[in-house]
Amino acid sequence: MTDAMLAPAKTASAAAPLLKISGLEAWYGESHILHGVDFDVRPGEVVTLLGRNGAGKTTTLKSIMGIVGKRKGSARFEGKEIIGLASDRIARLGIALCPEERGIFASLSVQENLMLPPRIAASGGLTLDRIFTLFPNLKERLASGGSKLSGGEQQMLAIARILRTGAKLLMLDEPTEGLAPVIIQQIGRTIAELKQEGFTILLVEQNFRFASTVADRYFVMEHGRVIDAFANSELEANMGKLHDYLGV
Amino acid sequence: MFALLGISPQQLFQQLLVGLINGSFYALLSLGLSVIFGMLNIVNFAHGALYMMGAFAAYFLLNLLGLNYWFALVLAPLIVGAFGALLERVLLRRLAGLDPLYSLLLTFGLALVIQGLFQNFFGSSGLPYAMPSQLTGATNLGFMFLPIYRGWVVVFSAVVCFSTWFLIEKTRLGAYLRAATENPTLVRAFGINVPRMITLTYAFGIGLAALAGVLAAPIYQVRPAMGADIISVVFAVVVIGGMGSILGSIVTGFALGIIEGLTKVFYPEASNTVVFVIMAFVLLIRPAGLFGRTA
Repeated sequence: MTDAMLAPAKTASAAAPLLKISGLEAWYGESHILHGVDFDVRPGEVVTLLGRNGAGKTTTLKSIMGIVGKRKGSARFEGKEIIGLASDRIARLGIALCPEERGIFASLSVQENLMLPPRIAASGGLTLDRIFTLFPNLKERLASGGSKLSGGEQQMLAIARILRTGAKLLMLDEPTEGLAPVIIQQIGRTIAELKQEGFTILLVEQNFRFASTVADRYFVMEHGRVIDAFANSELEANMGKLHDYLGV
Repeated sequence: MFALLGISPQQLFQQLLVGLINGSFYALLSLGLSVIFGMLNIVNFAHGALYMMGAFAAYFLLNLLGLNYWFALVLAPLIVGAFGALLERVLLRRLAGLDPLYSLLLTFGLALVIQGLFQNFFGSSGLPYAMPSQLTGATNLGFMFLPIYRGWVVVFSAVVCFSTWFLIEKTRLGAYLRAATENPTLVRAFGINVPRMITLTYAFGIGLAALAGVLAAPIYQVRPAMGADIISVVFAVVVIGGMGSILGSIVTGFALGIIEGLTKVFYPEASNTVVFVIMAFVLLIRPAGLFGRTA
């Protein structure tokens, strides 16, 4: 691992990590997926988990959210251990997940989907006006059914609905997957704006060209472990290694 | 026209009213079953027994505590609903995620146990429950005499059914329910206490059954077997309307009550089987039920 992992990124404060994962293990039924994951996310940072399919990136997010069958090790959010908590308690502490499959509820309207996650903090969430500035398309489609949206609109809705709640840490699982370049750009701009607003973002991405436009630091995962880490400024220097890791 | 059909208008309207009354009970009971099935994915075979407990709760409230019908209308659903919540917490929760066959067997067994206990203590003959004095008598509608209590049951049931539909389809709480029906894991990850919501949903469905029991008490007497008598028709109603469909169970409940009533007028021999004949046809043509979504 490089020194950059320990040095704070330029934009992030040197404060204690918002999220600190150590020795995290997780199982799906009998299969042991995570074998001791270690990394941290500092307040205000955008951190990206890179890795091939099956490396354990999504499982890491799900383990933090508390929706994986069995977990071991430690995950501390604002210093508080969350590994034994039920997922609704974890959400109430200020962590929100935008799942890879987007999880738009088909039997709910766009408006109902947007308003579904309850506010968990009195302040900190974006107002609806602000959300509609970020995603103007959603405003026009409020009355539509959740299943009537395009892939891009679904992704925007999935991100939009966790912005209202006041969660501090947003975990976005492959938000650009399967989307057109113009929509990927819009999502990139949105993530940059959210960072400006003070959100901390943990991103899972296969597309590191996209990630490089928003991320402060990267952690590379393989076989259920973090095997490398570097800051965005070191991306060029690590390109060769990264190609090997990701097999691209 | 009536002479042509060989029936009197009096007879027709009387049977229509009886049909509407039965339809009210079918609607309240199948609505509760649908709400429970949607959220818990279990077929609650104990529903009839809990309907019967609602009627008994009204009886005890009156005879032990001196609390009249109007108190019973509020208290019996709360008491029996709380009992339902206990059943969910202690028994049904353990079967979550298993084959629905297990919960079917459990609730069926519960129904037998509950009914058996009541039969043991209160015998199988009915206990009388007096009609509330405000709702006795009848009113002349011109074409028929309408017993006021029966009119009340139909109107009140319709209001309760509509309110439930509104609650589930149009409110924020209902959005939580519908979302949790689709993807409980994600709803919980948004910070909603889904296990508590499941308990309350079961209790609510049971509360509707108990409410039907209170409404039925002055009409049918309070008997341990009253639930077993009605529940097979109610399950047919649920199958016809479509499992888990809120609107479907309400509309089908009232409609089948009326169809049953009309059959009594025109071909009385078939009145007990007509619902099941319709169920067979619906299963052949639309296996998911009239209002059900095919998976």
